Amino acid sequence: MRILVVEDDLEAQRYLVNGLKEAGHVVDDADDGEIGLSLSLSRPYDVAIVDRMLPKMDGLKLVEELRQHGNVTPVLFLSALSEVDDRVKGLKAGGDDYLTKPYAFVELLARLDALMRRRHPAAVKTRLQVGDLELDLLTRTAKRGEASIDLQPREFRLLEYLMRHASQVVTRTMLLESVWEYHFDPQTNVIDVHISRLRAKIDKGFETPLLHTVRGAGYMIRARA
Amino acid sequence: MRAPRLFRTLAFRIVFIYIAIFAVSAAGLVAFTYWNTKRALDTQTDQTIDAEILGLSEQYQRLGLGGLADVIISRSVRGGQSLYLLTDLRHHPIAGNLDGWPQIIYRPDSFVEFNYERRVGGATTLRRARGRIFALTGGFQLLVARDVHERHETVRLFSTTLPWSLMLMLVLGVIGGGLMSRNLLARLDSINETSREIMAGDLSRRVPVRGAGDEFDTLATSLNRMLDRIERLMRGMREVTDSVAHDLRTPLNRLRNRIDAALRRLPPDSAEYVEIESAAIEIDQLIATFNALLLIAEAEAGMAREAMARIDLRDVVEGISELYGPLAEEKNLSFEVAPSGEAMIAGNKRLIAQALANLVDNAIKYTPEGGKVHVSIENMPSGVALIVADSGIGIPENERTRVLDRFVRLEVSRHSPGTGLGLSLVVAVAKLHDARLDISDNKPGLKAMLLFPHDTVRPVSSRPPAGIPAQLAAK
Repeated sequence: MRILVVEDDLEAQRYLVNGLKEAGHVVDDADDGEIGLSLSLSRPYDVAIVDRMLPKMDGLKLVEELRQHGNVTPVLFLSALSEVDDRVKGLKAGGDDYLTKPYAFVELLARLDALMRRRHPAAVKTRLQVGDLELDLLTRTAKRGEASIDLQPREFRLLEYLMRHASQVVTRTMLLESVWEYHFDPQTNVIDVHISRLRAKIDKGFETPLLHTVRGAGYMIRARA
Repeated sequence: MRAPRLFRTLAFRIVFIYIAIFAVSAAGLVAFTYWNTKRALDTQTDQTIDAEILGLSEQYQRLGLGGLADVIISRSVRGGQSLYLLTDLRHHPIAGNLDGWPQIIYRPDSFVEFNYERRVGGATTLRRARGRIFALTGGFQLLVARDVHERHETVRLFSTTLPWSLMLMLVLGVIGGGLMSRNLLARLDSINETSREIMAGDLSRRVPVRGAGDEFDTLATSLNRMLDRIERLMRGMREVTDSVAHDLRTPLNRLRNRIDAALRRLPPDSAEYVEIESAAIEIDQLIATFNALLLIAEAEAGMAREAMARIDLRDVVEGISELYGPLAEEKNLSFEVAPSGEAMIAGNKRLIAQALANLVDNAIKYTPEGGKVHVSIENMPSGVALIVADSGIGIPENERTRVLDRFVRLEVSRHSPGTGLGLSLVVAVAKLHDARLDISDNKPGLKAMLLFPHDTVRPVSSRPPAGIPAQLAAK
């Protein structure tokens, strides 16, 4: 994947670029907003990581300009600002996701994966399938093999999100934001409880588990162990 | 029942009191003039009558009854305002221009008023007269009077119209007062509405100045100057928190990056990996504390007011209960949410959700297995209350105020995870919404109540809430 990193803190930029390269991505970098804008307009990127505060051109302005040019490259904002309404500003300006510094690298990677996947959506699906687990989005029913699984509405949304991001790491924060629409630190690991309930419903009694815990990162649903 | 708002305004009351005082003094003035004029006119009449009686009594003494009668007859035919009647003991007329003895209470030597009939052409009219009775020897009586009909009519007209004119004055005054108050009210309302919008978060609003240079303009100008200053201070505050956030987050970010980079280079099962991973966890905890502190500072400075919108507390309760319910069940707690009606308040949904999450999280954390956590919304006379009650260990009474301070962790919780900022954030969120956090004994356990006063319950202006774009919210 081609990724553009617009970040003026050079050390942070170096770590970011190295980390992304190690993860197998092709990365370009820019030190200020103007270079960032001209790069993002001249080359096709799968995703751009834009710092909120940049010299020459503010991150918000950069994304606004980008969108005005009709460019729809997914943008993930990185911000060191205080956060209460900055997230809202960022998303309003045309950003697609927002991450507050300091962030864990796995969190960033997981969000980038999700953004890039969103960019290339498969045809509108009415069924999701991972291994022998099937989710029917029209009838809102789930079954594994021949056994139907009884899910609460929120469990259904949780499973749907996981399955839409099958074979990708999904962090707890991403789940809290996407499934529950909360943007705060829940202190206790409430998400784990929901995951373990879901796991009991879809994996219990089956030989191959589908829902996996990714150490230090989050969860992933995938067919092969 | 309360009087309509117009009648409760100060302007209206001032106008009303003024009109009342004016009416009373006008009535007094008119009554005084009336009484004085009447007295002067009466005195004039009385003096004329007295003079006539004096003349007639002289004639009587000189000429006797017969002579008096002659004089009276001759005077009677002269016409004019004077009226005479000379009668015998039984009031049989002897001479004079009155047809008969009028219906009067007999009071010799004092003035009386009576009605008499006067024939003009073929018609008879009832007219008013004022006169005096003069007793003669032998039971003969002489009534000397003057026609005062014109005066009487004027007075009568006066006394019947006066109440009506007073009434008319009052009605006009009340209408005028109403119009004046409405005008004043309209200007006050514009000030009130602006302040409400500002309180709801739109700091850029200003009170309209008409340019008339009146008191309201002076007030509006002062208010606007004050608002400029507040806005400047808020912006300064935001810059400070932003730069504190930025200056602390940047190095923390580098540190976190380095740790991540190191972790990527180590085999996941090595001792170094485990060591560095636990450092990452420590840093994440530090970051969580820092974020919580920053959020508290922002909430306390009222910066999150910008994201205020009309929200239903039921949605917040439902969402948080759904999120935390399984956690409670996992711990074998009975988790109950009381059904409630609509509970709209003006608030920042994210912060209220976080505050409720903190309260519920605490309740679950400090309630032993088999206990109970109860979440409810209650309508109280003073506002809407969000209540989280548990059957847990509670907080000793002398510690209840202290736990609301930052970083305070009681001995019992020292070893469980947490920043010690949970309740401080709830307090800050409460402050932001002009709400109050009450902590009381649930016997056993703790009852935390967030009381949103009716003022915040009132609807905010129709300004669209600063929300997340729809496609993201729906994700």
